[in-house]
Amino acid sequence: MGIWWRIAMVSNNIRLDHKIIYSIIDPGAKILDLGCGEGDLLYLLARDKQVMAQGIELNDRAIQECVKKGLSVFHDDIESGLREYPDHSFDFVILNQSMEEVKNVDSVIHDALRIGKKVIVGFPNFAYIKARFMLFFKGRAPITRSLPYSWFDTPNVRFLSITDFKEFCLGRGIRIIESHYLGVKRAIWLFPNLFALNAIFVLSKP
Amino acid sequence: MTGFKMIEKRNDDFRQNSVGIVETMFHSFAEPGNELVLESGDILGPIILAYETYGKLNKDMSNAILVCHALSGDAHAAGVHKAQNNIGWWDDMIGPGKAFDTDRYFVICSNVIAGCKGSTGPSSVNPATGRPYGMDFPFITISDIVNAQKHLIDFLGIERLLSVTGGSMGGMQVLQWVASYPEMVRSAIPIATTKKHSPQQIAFNEVARQAIMADPDWRNGDYYEQGQPQKGLAVARMIGHITFMSDQSMEEKFSRRLKKGRLNFNFDPEFEVEGYLHYRGANFVKRFDANSYLYLTKALDYFDLSGGKMIPHGKRIDTRFLLISFKSDWLYPSSQSQEIVRLLKRRHVDATYCELNSTYGHDAFLVEVEEQTTLIKHFLDKTLNGYLVADSYGVQ
Repeated sequence: MGIWWRIAMVSNNIRLDHKIIYSIIDPGAKILDLGCGEGDLLYLLARDKQVMAQGIELNDRAIQECVKKGLSVFHDDIESGLREYPDHSFDFVILNQSMEEVKNVDSVIHDALRIGKKVIVGFPNFAYIKARFMLFFKGRAPITRSLPYSWFDTPNVRFLSITDFKEFCLGRGIRIIESHYLGVKRAIWLFPNLFALNAIFVLSKP
Repeated sequence: MTGFKMIEKRNDDFRQNSVGIVETMFHSFAEPGNELVLESGDILGPIILAYETYGKLNKDMSNAILVCHALSGDAHAAGVHKAQNNIGWWDDMIGPGKAFDTDRYFVICSNVIAGCKGSTGPSSVNPATGRPYGMDFPFITISDIVNAQKHLIDFLGIERLLSVTGGSMGGMQVLQWVASYPEMVRSAIPIATTKKHSPQQIAFNEVARQAIMADPDWRNGDYYEQGQPQKGLAVARMIGHITFMSDQSMEEKFSRRLKKGRLNFNFDPEFEVEGYLHYRGANFVKRFDANSYLYLTKALDYFDLSGGKMIPHGKRIDTRFLLISFKSDWLYPSSQSQEIVRLLKRRHVDATYCELNSTYGHDAFLVEVEEQTTLIKHFLDKTLNGYLVADSYGVQ
């Protein structure tokens, strides 16, 4: 199987958020993926970009899947899993679709910025237009493509909009180096806080 | 699963994918003038080390895996001995197509010094006196055990092991290998273990030792003519078996069931759990030497790789790690494996850690075959072949 064919296949099947993060990360970088799930993203990066990948994941079934892909993962939760790492241990710390499940967001972001030179944060936008409609017109807790859970079974404990997160960074002097806004299949440029399902930010210390 | 059913199941598997008939071999070294210098400063020699091997060593000698056994284990990890129906203690994990796939890897299992399964220990003849060592046997540590194994690996001509693995005391040997000979260990798989023995673990061992030494038949360790302190050793082992199980596995296995269906109001074993412990104790005295139990539990208690002793500050090692612990194991609890994980994070070591959800307590490392197999098989694949093999899994 040739490498070009593989990349072509990858770019067709790959999730949009993974595609964007994939494009951000430099070859050979040292990466920590917090809440790496079954390791799909890390696997692509390790295979095609020869990154040094480490994951942290709480679900032991998901860890088994990661190990099947040849990835290194720690069975740990995100909030306690970062403390031991020395400063600047990684080029990138990825927090994709996992920040909304974290209780102590402040300390996780703080630790991530301490141990990583850059932090990539991806999260679902709670102010997405359909979520607003559901709440405003139907009076129901929003269920969208990026927030697919019912109120009673959601793993999420934090619900935020793109504007909320920007303000959060501003208030803490965190630099936003890049921002990407995602629709269903492509990037969103216009009024992202209204039209984007997900957002991805690249952060660094001031 | 009851013990009996487990054995039945193992027999079934055995017929399908076993390494077959195997033989224990013996390596002699540390002849006079070249004795092994022990951590205590004493010397030991000559030394015989019992070992078995399964599979074939490849041309570039890159596929050798050393399996280290637990306290009461031996070199017979897989297959059967001729004319005996004794299946190796990790036969579920070692064999063609198994976690340690003998079609691909050359697997070595080495006995420990101070043991009683063919290697030099307190029941061996002391060349100085012509009688069994008994209490003249020097105190040994996990590091001494590993140094003896190093002689064997050198003798086999292997410069770098693809992996060193083992559970419990075997896991401590794995960590000690990394501490003593990091350049020889490409990957390490310590299971249900710790980098230092805790006061609780020392306490259980001390009770076991006192049980042996309080038995008048122990005779200060000089019992080889009269027979060993059976009662003391049996009690020591009974304590051990309590710590190997979990309250849940005991509830499932025995509950409050009675051996004879009713209370008899006497001190015979009335509950099934009592019967089980007696059975285990009685069996153990037939196969294990009391003095070996004393010396090896001491070696466990001396074990302490905290601080910079496993990986010195500022030192980088290339060894990859796969750590496994079990949720219900309270003898070597997950928190001890997590302590090792924290050290590996501080030292930037490439590592995987997984706590498996088992109810079997410390025994789980011998019983939970399926999940351990998935983890170990792919971890070894990656260690040997990088992403070439992982590629075939693709990404959905």
